[in-house]
Amino acid sequence: MDFALNGDQELLAQSARAFLKAEASPSLVRRLWDDPVGHCSDLNAKISEQGWAGLLVPEAHGGLGLGMLDAAVLLTELGRCLAPSPFLSSSVLATSLLSFAGSASQKRSWLPRLASGEILATVAWLEESDRLDPTGTVLRARRARDRFRLSGSKLFVLDAHIADVYLVAARTAAGLGPDGVSLFAIPRGAPGLSLTPLEGFDRTRRLFEIKFDDVVVERDQRIGREGAAWKHLQRMLDVACVAIAAECQGGAEHALEMAVDYAKAREQFGQTIGSFQAVKHMAAECFAEIEPSRALLWYAAQAQETSNKEASRAASMAKARLGEVYARTTNKAVQIHGGIGFTWEHDMHFWFKRAKANEALFGSPAFHRERVAALSGW
Amino acid sequence: MLPAIPAGVDLAFSKEDEKFRRSLRTWLRKHLPKRHDEIDGGEDLNFEGPAQIAAAKKWQRTMHDAGYVAIDWPKEHGGKAASAVRQTILAEEIVTHRAPGLIGQLGLHMLGPTLIRCGTAAQRKRFLPKILTAEEIWCQGYSEPGSGSDLASLRTKAESDGDDFVVNGQKIWTTTAHFADWMFCLVRTHADAPKHKGISYILIDMKTPGIEVRPLVQMTGQSGFNEVFFTDVRVPRSNLVGELHGGWAVANTTLAHERNMLANPMRTQQLMADLVRLAARRNDNGGKVSRDALVRQRLADLQIRVDMMKYHSWKQLSDEIHGRPASVGGAISKLVTTELNHEICATALDLLGDYGPLVGRSPHAEDRGLWPRDWMFTLGMVIGGGTSQIQKNIIAERVLGLPRGA
Ligand SMILES: Cc1cc2nc3c(=O)[nH]c(=O)nc-3n(C[C@H](O)[C@H](O)[C@H](O)COP(=O)(O)OP(=O)(O)OC[C@H]3O[C@@H](n4cnc5c(N)ncnc54)[C@H](O)[C@@H]3O)c2cc1C
Repeated sequence: MDFALNGDQELLAQSARAFLKAEASPSLVRRLWDDPVGHCSDLNAKISEQGWAGLLVPEAHGGLGLGMLDAAVLLTELGRCLAPSPFLSSSVLATSLLSFAGSASQKRSWLPRLASGEILATVAWLEESDRLDPTGTVLRARRARDRFRLSGSKLFVLDAHIADVYLVAARTAAGLGPDGVSLFAIPRGAPGLSLTPLEGFDRTRRLFEIKFDDVVVERDQRIGREGAAWKHLQRMLDVACVAIAAECQGGAEHALEMAVDYAKAREQFGQTIGSFQAVKHMAAECFAEIEPSRALLWYAAQAQETSNKEASRAASMAKARLGEVYARTTNKAVQIHGGIGFTWEHDMHFWFKRAKANEALFGSPAFHRERVAALSGW
Repeated sequence: MLPAIPAGVDLAFSKEDEKFRRSLRTWLRKHLPKRHDEIDGGEDLNFEGPAQIAAAKKWQRTMHDAGYVAIDWPKEHGGKAASAVRQTILAEEIVTHRAPGLIGQLGLHMLGPTLIRCGTAAQRKRFLPKILTAEEIWCQGYSEPGSGSDLASLRTKAESDGDDFVVNGQKIWTTTAHFADWMFCLVRTHADAPKHKGISYILIDMKTPGIEVRPLVQMTGQSGFNEVFFTDVRVPRSNLVGELHGGWAVANTTLAHERNMLANPMRTQQLMADLVRLAARRNDNGGKVSRDALVRQRLADLQIRVDMMKYHSWKQLSDEIHGRPASVGGAISKLVTTELNHEICATALDLLGDYGPLVGRSPHAEDRGLWPRDWMFTLGMVIGGGTSQIQKNIIAERVLGLPRGA
């Protein structure tokens, strides 16, 4: 029995931290924060050089063939420094969805290009209702002879402005149940397709609305079997939960470190504020939440190696828990900083905002707690 | 210490360990007392009357004869030198089979390991065997009326007089003192030294003249702990453990054991499973309580934390068995687990509505009144063994490196 990271994972964590410290510094985050595009193709190219884009892609398709725990290790580091990167949207979510749903030939044609970083992809799933259950997917893909025609809109699509291709969930049959949902790979420039940026408070991650006005899609752009995409989306949801939870872990660790460092330096009433017990206990409470969360994250990541109910249950547990822990930690971290923590100038608000945005992304804590309850058979 | 071996997530126990688990299970099924409640004082060690105490001693003896007591101790001292994995398996099976707690746990978990590390050969030979068999029950004499969290300020004094110490003063909150045979006790032997440097760790026979034990009634209505008064109590010098004035270090070797004893993640798992069963069983106006959206939220939130602490304990366990430096001590487990246990019980009372406050002897009491009892008891565990605030001080100062306070 051993419950720990292996040597390679430790190494990955260390090298990623060193790499990101140099390449994704707070000043880069700040520059991209104000940037209209918010994307650094230079950083992205370097990330691809590391091989990270292919982390989850099987070796046969030109990737590293690693698992979710490895991805979680890396995402923890990305979350720690808030690196603005399409790693989550493309290398984790879209790549996983393609691996789950794609036919052998589709995987052969897409995965190597995703693994090398030659193209970026993103998943377009949620719509106006913001629901992750089957009733939330209503966009219709009507069959017209050998083609499909899509009309409707998708919301909260990550990195849609830089992704080359969208994996779009659409209904190919009437009804609102899990059956009849299909996936389509649609290039960004397709006629009839338009993008509207959504202005969120977390500018380290850009979200979009995609409108489909009679977008025509060839049959071979359908990923996997017709009407059978729901279970793959569910599995991708589990992956998303673990991935976001990992980001939360890294972000929470970093926010607490910033707060503790500040508490050791800032003086009031003739002593460092870290000697005040109210401050100490805030920090200790955060730490007592963050430290055991890591074990939950590892367990949930490892559980993804099996695709059973436990994988979903553990993923939802991690998502619900880590999201709240990150939000609470950054709240306390801002408070420990006092007025400076509330300024635009100080970096603290980046983490505070990412935490709350992550809490909402791919299901609120309440949504995932209900999923845990249902999967527990209550 | 073992060399650090390549790590990785591998949750399987070895074949031998699983065999140990199976034979333990078979043994437990065969030997578990039919009516636990007649012998089990629970973790709070609240035994009601001599018959229960005798039965509880007999149970420990039975466990011991089968080789399931103090398996962590070295073989030469009557243990099995069992790995941390085996200890975990034993703790898991004890809890899942609802086996009664061991009446001698303070001796088994605190004094025994202390003597093994710091005691003389003669002390080990004299005391360890009877700790194992429950022939002698121990109590812990640390806290005093003026010294709780600030334990090192303790004032019960022991003065040298020939081959004896002469002890005067008072201990309080001493669990099991009313039927214990011996006490391991912290006393002040040097009045002028700095507070941590004048304390000694001694063993006191509770039958010595000059000791008076006055039971205190806990909020549960039972008398689990006591006041203990010492008037010119003579203790042979050979009962000093470790160095004279070196008692603080001796006590600290086992404070970690105490925190682990109070933070058994399996116990939390079981409380949670009981709560889930309760919710599935009870109805309110709208149907099964477990179908209520708000209840499901609360249960899931608790379940997540319960499972998290289980994985956290796996992590600590595997760091231990593979000889990796412990990332954090027991402070997090003590803080989180004891508060979580109390929250689980409080949630059960919420679900029970007007039935919640009904105690065991009342008509219509649910689960034999265990919920209100455990709800109270688990709050005691938040305080005992170092309060939550003290655990937070420890985390802030020793882990996060913030300035030390009082
Ligand atoms: C059920 C139970 C069984 C027990 N069994 C035993 C036993 O067998 N043997 C034994 O020796 N003792 C035993 N104890 C005593 C226990 O260890 C003490 O109660 C505990 O250490 C707290 O000490 P106190 O009661 O004096 O409270 P105090 O130390 O007076 O604390 C009162 C409040 O002040 C807070 N406080 C104190 N100092 C600080 C600080 N520096 N920073 C922040 N907050 C602070 C505490 O957290 C608490 O909220 C038992 C207690 C209980 C409840």
